[in-house]
Amino acid sequence: MSEPSMTLNNPAQDGIREQDLILHVQSGQSELFYELVRPYERRVYAAALAILRNEQDAEDAAQEAMLKAFAKIRQFRAEARFSTWLIQITVNEALMRRRRERTVPMEGLDNRRDAGDNESEYAPRDFADWREIPSEALERKEVRQRLAEALATLDRKYREVFVLRDMEHLNIQETAEALGITVASVKTRLLRARLMLRDLLAAGWEQGWFSRLPFEKGNKPW
Amino acid sequence: MVNHVVSCEEVWREVSNYVDGELDAGLRSLMDEHLRTCKRCASVLAGARNVVQLYGDERMLEVPAGFSRRLEKRLEKRLTQDAAVKGSRWSSWSAWLVPVAAMALIAGSLLLTNSLTHWHFVRSQHAEPAYKIPPDLVVVVSSGAKLFHVPGCPFIHDKASERTMTAKEAMQEGYVPCTRCLRKYLQTGLSGHSVTEVAESGEEEEREETLSMAGR
Repeated sequence: MSEPSMTLNNPAQDGIREQDLILHVQSGQSELFYELVRPYERRVYAAALAILRNEQDAEDAAQEAMLKAFAKIRQFRAEARFSTWLIQITVNEALMRRRRERTVPMEGLDNRRDAGDNESEYAPRDFADWREIPSEALERKEVRQRLAEALATLDRKYREVFVLRDMEHLNIQETAEALGITVASVKTRLLRARLMLRDLLAAGWEQGWFSRLPFEKGNKPW
Repeated sequence: MVNHVVSCEEVWREVSNYVDGELDAGLRSLMDEHLRTCKRCASVLAGARNVVQLYGDERMLEVPAGFSRRLEKRLEKRLTQDAAVKGSRWSSWSAWLVPVAAMALIAGSLLLTNSLTHWHFVRSQHAEPAYKIPPDLVVVVSSGAKLFHVPGCPFIHDKASERTMTAKEAMQEGYVPCTRCLRKYLQTGLSGHSVTEVAESGEEEEREETLSMAGR
């Protein structure tokens, strides 16, 4: 086995390997299915959580979505992206569960501002002097938790679009198809979600919790 | 800002498209002109960019502890049921189960060794020990490899078999830190620390059972 740290990861090779795995699973080598979906398990869970908001429900939905993907694997066509196909199955599963149960906690709060996509009245609240937050900040659990908490406060329709577009990296069209809304709605909700998160995080920026990083004095990488 | 060709409200309306690079060149250059002189709008743009960059990072995709194991178990159960139904496939299943059982035996004996000696086996004999690494740092490992990495590190070998876990779990499984993405936690130049030494103070000492995206 070659030394992994000496070998640059090659996305093209990853893609070929994924195509091989898909073909093998489609031709009956079921035991390879977990290997195929394992790189996407975090994305699948995040998509389910964005819709269901409850960790246990999200985990159940994520598992069920994986099983459905396995059952439908022969329907997958090579021209699609496997990750997008898997996320779409997950979103369908989560939306179906939400419709069926209609008792998702805090769902009532979601409806506060759910009347249409009226974005015109929105104006940014905070004009703090932002500069780039280094991604190393994310090594702090506190920072990740604050970001997750801010996201959880967004209304459902903004949260779902934001997670699919900015965290799952679906494109605008794919996000619209997955959620069954128009491209224009995706764009307006995405704008609103990004600006609301910006406002919510501005307080943290001013309190300095992005900048308290786990580096020794004089050893900052920027 | 009366001198601007585009107003602040127009900039706010288009800031998302600006970040995504979806504006035509004309509007983009008008916005650039506005942003050069309007501190408020520059602040809105910088904030929106930070949001996209931070949330777009793989480290924001956290799963509850044990998620991977439970998922694998459920898939296995389903596959076993399928195999039982389709008796004709049993021969290929048994061929697969033998190495899995062998691996389980090996893993079991290693765990036993660990529990008896309080020593974690290390996959690489040339490992550089970790020093004060936060135990709950989210890392990824892949099968057949020896190193653990920060998610997204370009040196991850066999990305298709990636698994997510905490640094503590990775070290318990014998993985050692990547010399590129985790360089700051390597023990080079230091001595007298155990390979499993982890950060001892501050919030990083927290031992939460569940890492949740919602953080609740």
